[in-house]
Amino acid sequence: MAAAPESAGTGKGLIGWIDQRFPLTKMWKEHAAEYYAPKNFNFWYYFGALSLLVLANQIVTGIFLTMSYKPSTAEAFASVEYIMRDVEWGWLIRYMHSTGASAFFIVVYLHMFRALLYGSHRKPRELVWIFGCLIFLLLMAEGFMGYVLPWGNMSYWGAQVIVSLFSSLPVIGGTLVEWIRGDYNIADPTLNRFFALHVAALPLALVFLVIAHVMALHEVGSNNPDGIDIKKYKDDKGHPLDGVPFHPYYTVKDTVGAVGFLLIFAAIIFFAPNFFGLFLESPNFEPANPLQTPPDITPVWYFTPFYAMLRAIPSAFGTQVWGVMVMGAAIVVLFFVPWLDRSPVRSIRYKGPIYKVMLAVFSVSFVTLAVCGMKPPSGIYPILARICTALYFAFFLLMPWYTKFDSVKPEPERVTGHA
Amino acid sequence: MSEEVDHSRRRLLTAATVGTGAIGVAFAAIPFLASWKPSARAKALGAPVEVDASKLDAGQMMKVVWRGQAVFVVRRVKGVVDQLGGHDDMLADPKSEDSKQPDYIKSSGAARARNPEYWVGLAVCTHLGCSPLGAFQPNDSFQVAGADLGANWPGGFYCPCHGSKYDLSGRVFKSMPAPKNLTVPPYAIAANARIVIGVDDAPKQIS
Repeated sequence: MAAAPESAGTGKGLIGWIDQRFPLTKMWKEHAAEYYAPKNFNFWYYFGALSLLVLANQIVTGIFLTMSYKPSTAEAFASVEYIMRDVEWGWLIRYMHSTGASAFFIVVYLHMFRALLYGSHRKPRELVWIFGCLIFLLLMAEGFMGYVLPWGNMSYWGAQVIVSLFSSLPVIGGTLVEWIRGDYNIADPTLNRFFALHVAALPLALVFLVIAHVMALHEVGSNNPDGIDIKKYKDDKGHPLDGVPFHPYYTVKDTVGAVGFLLIFAAIIFFAPNFFGLFLESPNFEPANPLQTPPDITPVWYFTPFYAMLRAIPSAFGTQVWGVMVMGAAIVVLFFVPWLDRSPVRSIRYKGPIYKVMLAVFSVSFVTLAVCGMKPPSGIYPILARICTALYFAFFLLMPWYTKFDSVKPEPERVTGHA
Repeated sequence: MSEEVDHSRRRLLTAATVGTGAIGVAFAAIPFLASWKPSARAKALGAPVEVDASKLDAGQMMKVVWRGQAVFVVRRVKGVVDQLGGHDDMLADPKSEDSKQPDYIKSSGAARARNPEYWVGLAVCTHLGCSPLGAFQPNDSFQVAGADLGANWPGGFYCPCHGSKYDLSGRVFKSMPAPKNLTVPPYAIAANARIVIGVDDAPKQIS
């Protein structure tokens, strides 16, 4: 950023006029043209930019959906059918939004996994990680409320189950649930306020947190697959030797990633928008019916790992708050990862075999939990879910010990060539 | 006028201003938080409903809506009512001590009803609020969501969401996801098996 002060506010023409009044060129340089990112970014580094792309997709398609959607229990289901059948291109806009929701979780899960691979949450990037965890939390709330809006039968019963989670809290539970619903049951006020939160409150908070996430990242600089600090070796202008300006190098690279992503995204929208009942579940094609629970209540796929944990814990002492607490803890524990990891190296490339095994076991457990959450709670699935819940927590809670005692390889001084 | 700035006085005034402002914000938040409570209209719609249960044959069940929630009304077969006390050792809360029911239900014991023939209870699983299904036949190999209720099944309710099982008085079996028995709402039985859900005392006969 050495060049920024003298160039700011001295340009000519329209840009110069703006720069004297608003830090346009300064911001462009700080966050793009002179933001030096490590030159060895690999495939895993696409998913941050792709998350931004999907966020933009959700905001734009979402705005257009609100123009035809009616947030009342009497009209919601029919208005979604109206969007699908009668609004010009409405089907495309809605499928872009519904597929975008699943795509959002796919890219965010991969983005988070990248952090676990290369230690992107380690000092000094703890706040980058915490803002990211908050984004994930808001995204789950956003996804849940969005799924209620079409007011199909799975919308209704999904809302019923999730809101009932709060009733297990001691003392305040019953009052709290009534307060959330605004009625004695999931009803019109519930749908109406979920709509308000889904289209106004949560997106605003989400955009604010995304800005904080990127600003925190640009303050400390990006991590890389080697997990080493590129600022140790700088050229005579003060730029890192192993860094390249984000623009044009990574804007171009991310464009390639975006094209690849959009190919798959478009293919799903056009050929399998329900994605075999995973993105849009079949019970949601009938209107909400408070008298008839669908034969199997399963949340959308991105919630199923946490849902499986909830179901895996039996009730005890006359309350089922334990399952809710375990599910909550599964998210809360993420916030502490930067301090749980005690390894002297960041990247998995230089970590020892224990971390590699633990990360593999964790990944398999997470996917298994996702499958368990989609299956009925009988046969092998409850036992499997209990084992995987234990393994999920073992990965995080034993991390301070196994990362400390694990063997490590020496980190290189400069980033390595293969990338 | 003194050139000196009295910092401790300035800090006190700043703290007092911030404190007063915070209290103001807290009070201003009340209307917004309270606006989420059930509105006057929602409360009005929670009025009692009346059901004519005489339409039911023995062994039949109906669901009615009260306060937007489904309520079971089951007319139990005489033999079933007699057997209800026989499996208390399999239940998590046989005497409904931890479960919600009006006080006047207590004296009926295992029947959990004002009239043992008619069982009234919320069709809301105490686990996460799904609607249980009726699985009334003893020894029923009732296939729901892949669950076989087994040879010793005494008849009752089965929740398809997470597999909780209840007996025909809505009492939950041991080691189920659901922690409590199905809730019995306040209700009264007027003449001719007219059940009024949502009140403790039967209204006077109209007509």
